[in-house]
Amino acid sequence: MPVIVHEEKCTGCKLCVAACPYTVISMQEEKAVLLPGCTYCGACIDTCEFGAITFEDFQGRLCMDVALFKGTHVFIEHDNQTASKVSLELLGKARGLADEFSRQGKDQLVTAILIGYELGDMADELIAYGADHVIVVNDESFKMYRTDIYTKAIVQIAGVKKPEILLFGATAQGRDLAPRIASRLRTGLTADCTALEICKDEGILLQTKPAFGGNMMVTIACPDNRPQMATVRPGVMKKYPRDPDKIGTKEVMKIDLDENDFIIHIRDIMASTKKHVKLEDAEIIVAGGHGVNNQQGLKILETLSDELGAELGASRAAVDEGWIGQDHQIGQTGKTVQPDLYIACGISGSLQHLAGISQSKYIIAINTDRKAPIVSASDVTFIGDLFQIVPVLKDKIREYKKRTD
Amino acid sequence: MNIIVTVKQVPDTHEVKIDPKTGALIREGVPSIINPEDKNAIEEALRLKKSSDDGEVTVLSMGPLQAESTLREALSMGVDRAILVSDRAFAGADTLATSYTLSMAIKKIERYDLILCGSQTIDGETGQVGPQLAEWLDLPQATHAEEINIQGNLVTVKSNFDSVTRVMEMKTPALITVSNRINKPRYKHMNKVLRAYRDKAVVTWSKEDLKLNPIRIGLNGSPTWVRKTFVHSHSRDGIVVEKPAANCAEDILDFILEKALLKL
Ligand SMILES: Cc1cc2nc3c(=O)[nH]c(=O)nc-3n(C[C@H](O)[C@H](O)[C@H](O)COP(=O)(O)OP(=O)(O)OC[C@H]3O[C@@H](n4cnc5c(N)ncnc54)[C@H](O)[C@@H]3O)c2cc1C
Ligand SMILES: Cc1cc2nc3c(=O)[nH]c(=O)nc-3n(C[C@H](O)[C@H](O)[C@H](O)COP(=O)(O)OP(=O)(O)OC[C@H]3O[C@@H](n4cnc5c(N)ncnc54)[C@H](O)[C@@H]3O)c2cc1C
Ligand code: SF4
Ligand code: SF4
Repeated sequence: MPVIVHEEKCTGCKLCVAACPYTVISMQEEKAVLLPGCTYCGACIDTCEFGAITFEDFQGRLCMDVALFKGTHVFIEHDNQTASKVSLELLGKARGLADEFSRQGKDQLVTAILIGYELGDMADELIAYGADHVIVVNDESFKMYRTDIYTKAIVQIAGVKKPEILLFGATAQGRDLAPRIASRLRTGLTADCTALEICKDEGILLQTKPAFGGNMMVTIACPDNRPQMATVRPGVMKKYPRDPDKIGTKEVMKIDLDENDFIIHIRDIMASTKKHVKLEDAEIIVAGGHGVNNQQGLKILETLSDELGAELGASRAAVDEGWIGQDHQIGQTGKTVQPDLYIACGISGSLQHLAGISQSKYIIAINTDRKAPIVSASDVTFIGDLFQIVPVLKDKIREYKKRTD
Repeated sequence: MNIIVTVKQVPDTHEVKIDPKTGALIREGVPSIINPEDKNAIEEALRLKKSSDDGEVTVLSMGPLQAESTLREALSMGVDRAILVSDRAFAGADTLATSYTLSMAIKKIERYDLILCGSQTIDGETGQVGPQLAEWLDLPQATHAEEINIQGNLVTVKSNFDSVTRVMEMKTPALITVSNRINKPRYKHMNKVLRAYRDKAVVTWSKEDLKLNPIRIGLNGSPTWVRKTFVHSHSRDGIVVEKPAANCAEDILDFILEKALLKL
């Protein structure tokens, strides 16, 4: 469905030139002219106030020229020194998707988009973690995350590179940025995905996420528009094992900025003073629910957690009671964790809680109720009173550690 | 200060149940409510209006005609004007199509200094409509606001961004999505509800009332499609142990050692 310019209506205002993400419109003798490479995204049509651009033989649904798009791009979040954990997880996932593409006979590169200032050797690290190619934008304007110019930069990169898939972490930053980009590129965006796979028949990205309190899963696809965009929940995908010998390429890109691009000004950034709870990185988590009865009950769990070198987690019921801070909450409205071992003490196992722990390698439950839903969701359930089991377990671990010292 | 607040009618997800046999969502009998954070947005709009000399607060919703009750509730909270954008042609919209349609309604409203949205809904939960709307309207945005201050045509917004708090400044007109921590929404008074039904009208706009590009609305204007929904199984087929406490503790330690999980 080719795009056509109706010369008689074109006033030469150039709005469409600025709106075309793929920079295929130029002005010739005061009239808009299409160059080769149009993706049929339709951005110019939305922008022209004079109805001078239309699709020819429009079929009711816009279908972009999807064949023009290739490769998976991952937006890297970082603090100008190290990439965030979710960005590395996304690279790991992108590698997995690339493998699936190659099984389907398609070679796809994994590209990391690295935007910031004075980025050290981060680009090499991204290659070690799975990137084939790193696009680097290194400019003082990008030192801090800003919605306005980061959007412009990524749209410019996507316009030149035409990625088939474009991924972001479902963090505050990713969820601030990705929707704006999706709008400007006129494509779809799936929020907060927990699984991504390539459809065997159509080769498109199937994006799965929990819905309605973790009761259900929805799989969403974006068949006719590109790039296929998703934000992905932190703590769900697996990192690619770091390989310092892995080979990759780097490319520096410049973004053309002028002062009109700066519409949001950052006045201050304050680190939150709270101690950072590292549940997402924990290898073992000891978690307490309403069954711990009070703050003292959680203290008992904390002694076990300290003995194991674990982190302390909680259900929402325990958080709502005020026994522990919100940053310890695990589940649909808390954190998603993927420890090797999750020990659930006095937690009934509501769907909302299970939504946050199902990636754990092993789950052990301690509960007085044989019928609690946590039982079927666990590898081993010990039916009993946590106040009797936990202190003994803590002592036994301490003894064992002494013996083997 | 003229403020537009976008509000969505949502099913009360606390009440949504699943049919254990078919795994389908049971929506019947589930009450519809104003998306909770949209109430925070309304509350904030009323507060900001009060601190400026004049102007009005308009609530705007896209949805089926039943969504009128949601707008009535907003009127009872004290907003000046309510507009419902409703048409069969808008059905099946994803966030791109929703934000596009809302943007065209806002262009028709014309006069505004600020647009306030909720950070996210409790049904779709994407949090995408705010930023996408800002993009269609070419406005600066701030998401997850916990504090908003206005001085002349400058808005200052404090937001919690994962582990940091950011303070941003931008010129009006601007779009801000608010967090539920920004304020405590007022309760509606029953007599105000009744008055809202009597005195104030909800204006309804259909497709014909807006200058829409047909390729951007409803199902056809939505790049994303739901392929399937399914019930998530958490079952691990594990074992259940019932023994005296000391033996349980012994078993757990054995499990930890066997899987080499203990760091010494
Ligand atoms: C929209 C929404 C989002 C939500 N998000 C989350 C979320 O992110 N995370 C979350 O956790 N919840 C969430 N919830 C709440 C969730 O539905 C449950 O209410 C909550 O998880 C219950 O917590 P619990 O298991 O600790 O408490 P309960 O369900 O009360 O379970 C307590 C358990 O402790 C056991 N017990 C009691 N005494 C003892 C003892 N002495 N020894 C051993 N066992 C004992 C009981 O048998 C029982 O199984 C959400 C709910 C909604 C509606
Ligand atoms: C389970 C489920 C998952 C979905 N996943 C996706 C997805 O990944 N990608 C996608 O593009 N679509 C998705 N959708 C469709 C999406 O929910 C609809 O497009 C919806 O109209 C708006 O999205 P939201 O509910 O996520 O709103 P959010 O973006 O979370 O809403 C933020 C704010 O925008 C405003 N707002 C949102 N909708 C309206 C409205 N209709 N009228 C007025 N103001 C409004 C409100 O102020 C609201 O607080 C999903 C729908 C469901 C039911
Ligand atoms: S936006 Fe329309 S009128 Fe302006 S240059 Fe492009 S085609 Fe011509
Ligand atoms: S359809 Fe998209 S790519 Fe083609 S000219 Fe218009 S804006 Fe550019």
